[in-house]
Amino acid sequence: MSINWFKYSSPQTFFPVAGKLALFFGALAIVACAVGLYLGFFAAPTDAQQGESYRIIFIHVPAAWMSMFLYVVMAFWAGIGLAFNTRLSGMMASAIAPTGALFTFIALWTGSLWGKPTWGTWWVWDARLTSELILLFLYFGFMALQAAIDDPRRADKAGALLALVGVVNVPIIYFSVQWWNTLHQGASVSLTKSPTMAATMLAGMLIMTFGFWFYGIAAILLRARCIMLERERVSDWASQYAKGAA
Amino acid sequence: MIAALRCVIFRDLLLAARRNSDVLTVVLFFVIVVSLFPLGIGPEPKLLRTVGPGVLWVAALLASMLALSRVFAADHADGTLEQMMLGATPLGIIVAAKVFAHWLVTGLPLVLISPVLALQFDLPRELFGVLVLSLALGTPILSLIGAIGAALTLGLRGAGALLSLLVLPLYVPVLVIGAGATEAAASGLGGSAQLLLLGAMLIVAAAFAPWAVAAALRISVE
Repeated sequence: MSINWFKYSSPQTFFPVAGKLALFFGALAIVACAVGLYLGFFAAPTDAQQGESYRIIFIHVPAAWMSMFLYVVMAFWAGIGLAFNTRLSGMMASAIAPTGALFTFIALWTGSLWGKPTWGTWWVWDARLTSELILLFLYFGFMALQAAIDDPRRADKAGALLALVGVVNVPIIYFSVQWWNTLHQGASVSLTKSPTMAATMLAGMLIMTFGFWFYGIAAILLRARCIMLERERVSDWASQYAKGAA
Repeated sequence: MIAALRCVIFRDLLLAARRNSDVLTVVLFFVIVVSLFPLGIGPEPKLLRTVGPGVLWVAALLASMLALSRVFAADHADGTLEQMMLGATPLGIIVAAKVFAHWLVTGLPLVLISPVLALQFDLPRELFGVLVLSLALGTPILSLIGAIGAALTLGLRGAGALLSLLVLPLYVPVLVIGAGATEAAASGLGGSAQLLLLGAMLIVAAAFAPWAVAAALRISVE
């Protein structure tokens, strides 16, 4: 039996599925975030060294993970789009970028909120902070490039190439920045000295990660639906849907 | 293929020679930006010695980026680029030749003039070799990476600002390692590790970037 791998690569078939999936993952995200936040803010014990301020890691660490993960996913869809010339892949890539940038921004913001009471400063030129900042710039570059190109097909392809070049560069950037940092200042502060974590802390963080992940999926699918409608508005199914919704 | 390579290089150099004000603008921009820093941060010699290599590198990076939008713009405007794409020579080869010619015109002058500007920052004489070598290895990488951005933004409105947004984050490793070479040499560690890394990055960029540029050009022109 042969499987039609491209069945859902057409916007028309994917559109309703995306709506259902978005609803499903949105509901899961609400549940996971509620449980994760409860564990993080009420069940997890106070940290011996950092007091209550450590609790921001329940937001910060999942956001940072998602920011990097989503860039890879974006580059993956971009690569698929270039290789198979599928319309939907490019739409997915451009739907992922704003959510990825949002998570990057949240990671930076919560990081500096955590840094003020813990390190005594809003910003340190730590390797991770710096590479996260550059990741944010990469997202902005991707979105700006796509926004500047009127023809959506060209925008998809140009963005795809940029995302692929970026994904090759991300590890190089990370290591170069890390090396630069160790050259400049002896590691005065480090994020890596993780104290052995209590089980509830770890559970809270993991559940929050899933919550953010599901939120990401739901938001991306909703955005992809909007992009599909906008680009396919001349086609029958999209104009019928738009009429029905109006 | 070698003939095509040589032909494109000579053609671009000839074009640049006929419009030499473009080249001079880039060099002057470099000189002015570097000279602005002491005015901004104060003429303290000790401070200038520490920031000197970094300032020279950032200024070289900005200057080479300023010139990027011109790599393909003229050929795109008069249709030459499309003819090059239709020709039998692989586009990657032509791109490599164009980027090399572009570097000869906009990168090499920066490398050559950098020791003079280093004097403004009171850098010790024995660091000049590392500084020049790091710029000589680093500026071609900037041209190669930048050409990808230039190809992607070809013919777009607001291409200049967009180009900087695309390209500057990708320049970070080159900047870090390039400026690090002189600083490491200044601190007595020797800059050879950074120079070797820059050399490695140049080889990788020279091998892959022209093909990425060619793909980007096909996207932009199709």
